[in-house]
Amino acid sequence: MRLLEYQAKELFKEYDIKVPDSIASKDIESGRKDAEKIGYPFVIKAQVPVGGRGKAGGIQKCHNEDEFELKYPQVLNMSIKGEKTRAVLLEKMSEYEKEIYLSLFLNRSKRCYTIISSAEGGVEIESVEDQVIREVGSGDVTKKVAEEVAKEIGLDENSIPHFVDILQKLSKLTVEKEAELTEINPLVILKDGSMMALDGKIMTDDNSNFRHKELAKYHEQTDLEKKAEESGFSLVELDGNIAVIGNGAGLVMSTLDMLTDNGGKAACFLDVGGTATEESVYEALTLISKMKNVKAVLVNLYGGIVKTTIVASAFLKAYDDKIIILPVFARLMGAESDKSKEMLKDSETKLSPSIEEAINKAVMEVNK
Amino acid sequence: MTDIFELLKGKQNSKGDFQKQPVIVQGITGKFGTRHTKLMMEYGTNIVAGVTPGKGGQKFENTVPIYETVKEAVDKTGAKISIMFVPAKFFLGAAKDALEAGIKLLVAIPEHVPVQDTMKIVEIAKQKGAIVIGPNTPGVMIPGLIKIGIMPASPFKFGNTAVLSKSGTLLYEIGNNLSNSGFGQCITLGIGGDPINGTRLVDAFDMVKDYPALDGIVVVGEIGGDAEEVLAQKIIDEKFEKPVVAYIAGRKAPKEKRMGHAGAIVMGNYGSAESKITMFSKANIPVAKKPVELPILLAGKMEKK
Repeated sequence: MRLLEYQAKELFKEYDIKVPDSIASKDIESGRKDAEKIGYPFVIKAQVPVGGRGKAGGIQKCHNEDEFELKYPQVLNMSIKGEKTRAVLLEKMSEYEKEIYLSLFLNRSKRCYTIISSAEGGVEIESVEDQVIREVGSGDVTKKVAEEVAKEIGLDENSIPHFVDILQKLSKLTVEKEAELTEINPLVILKDGSMMALDGKIMTDDNSNFRHKELAKYHEQTDLEKKAEESGFSLVELDGNIAVIGNGAGLVMSTLDMLTDNGGKAACFLDVGGTATEESVYEALTLISKMKNVKAVLVNLYGGIVKTTIVASAFLKAYDDKIIILPVFARLMGAESDKSKEMLKDSETKLSPSIEEAINKAVMEVNK
Repeated sequence: MTDIFELLKGKQNSKGDFQKQPVIVQGITGKFGTRHTKLMMEYGTNIVAGVTPGKGGQKFENTVPIYETVKEAVDKTGAKISIMFVPAKFFLGAAKDALEAGIKLLVAIPEHVPVQDTMKIVEIAKQKGAIVIGPNTPGVMIPGLIKIGIMPASPFKFGNTAVLSKSGTLLYEIGNNLSNSGFGQCITLGIGGDPINGTRLVDAFDMVKDYPALDGIVVVGEIGGDAEEVLAQKIIDEKFEKPVVAYIAGRKAPKEKRMGHAGAIVMGNYGSAESKITMFSKANIPVAKKPVELPILLAGKMEKK
């Protein structure tokens, strides 16, 4: 799960990491009440699960009611990199001396957690040259290690204990909540040397959700995503008009790449899991039928163990039951594919011997 | 380092036949476990025991004895290999049991295992000198000889190319393309689509690189993490000279979204296809734009040699 800024800050507060006064809302009526509580001036921040919102205009200063009435709806209704604003955070402006960077991050090839810190904060860490990187095994950070990092990024004596404190709290949060990434950027140093998290990003391990009922409230899903999850599918909604279905994440990604290379735009990525069955294909088509803007369906299945005839009968059943009226372009690899072709010859499902051909036909269909 | 080929094949007897290594199945009585145990036995894998707590003393398909614990199964059969079909939340306990019972190759099929659990098992495996493949892997096979996994048999033919893959169905697809083009496989190994792998891409490379008959390696990668970059660097550092070709799935996937696999996610530039493709080209490894191009690239690399 990728937590929104305000959700990350709720967790920071829970772990006693200082954050600015702020309140999140999802409509302007609540926003007006929040504005009174916070008091002008403040910052309006779009809550989106994607980076780069500052540049996209998702962070606006607000000095009075007139500005609020103008800017709140703008921020609430904006989309950044295809992501709609999920909530709006009103946040007290903070005065500070310096911005720094701090994160704990799961290094996949080293199979350990890594502290990344820098004296330069508030910008994307990848663009920063002077990074201090320390491997910390399963994520626990000792006082000694935290002090060393603080010194390496050049903090003064006054700030070091505050940094150590925050890093150890962040480490506790990371381990206890099973996060793959916890990032404070910027972490700001206040006049008295203490520190505050001005922004926060947390990515948790979805596979550990069953151990974290307390995080369930942050699990924001669309109805379609919820249905997909119940069926054991992975769904990512996209903004094109060709729905892409397949079995196995790699195969579906590969299909999406080839479709895009050939001028098509995917409406979704739908992985029904490694083994495609009659039921799973029928359910996938049911799910697609509920999506808007879909003009064609592209199916890429590698049968392997399952006979393709079983999949073919799922298509026929979906048309018979009037689940779907869209044209389907499919490539079914596996046993009995000739027989499947025969079964589908009078249906709206067009079988192709190669995925390339199925893609071309789907792209032609939507451009017709 | 343990020789994966010897571990899988066993030693040749005086007639030149391999003494097939005994394999146990953890979670043999579940629906998935049952189905794939039968398929593995059909393929010729020497399944000698199953483990299902509460069903010890029974027999699978009237032939394979079922035990309560891995230890009991290992004591009775001497097996060093286990394949596991337990639900993700039981992975930690079951994998610990296996490694503590002396299993040296653990193939972990379950998907959705929490990262922290895998990290714990990686540590134990290091201490015990054991290999863990997975979790979330289709398994490992030497075509024509042994299959420890859930992959279909039909795409794979015996030969001298090694295929290392993060993805399952894409491995079948590409195996099929290679087989049809005359590139049989000496081993196909799925490392799994999780963020943390028991056997990393570089580890898998280490396992196969010295196989005497090896004539090329096909790497099937995908977005997420930096396994491909690390492998490319290793190939540069070691001046590995046999042909290597690659494919990367997810070039057109949106950032910061998990694309089906827990590990298939781009965060900033970390895990991006561009980063992987750039590193592969530095290592002189051509990257196919689509799976069907891989045999062509491989043939090209072999000609140049």
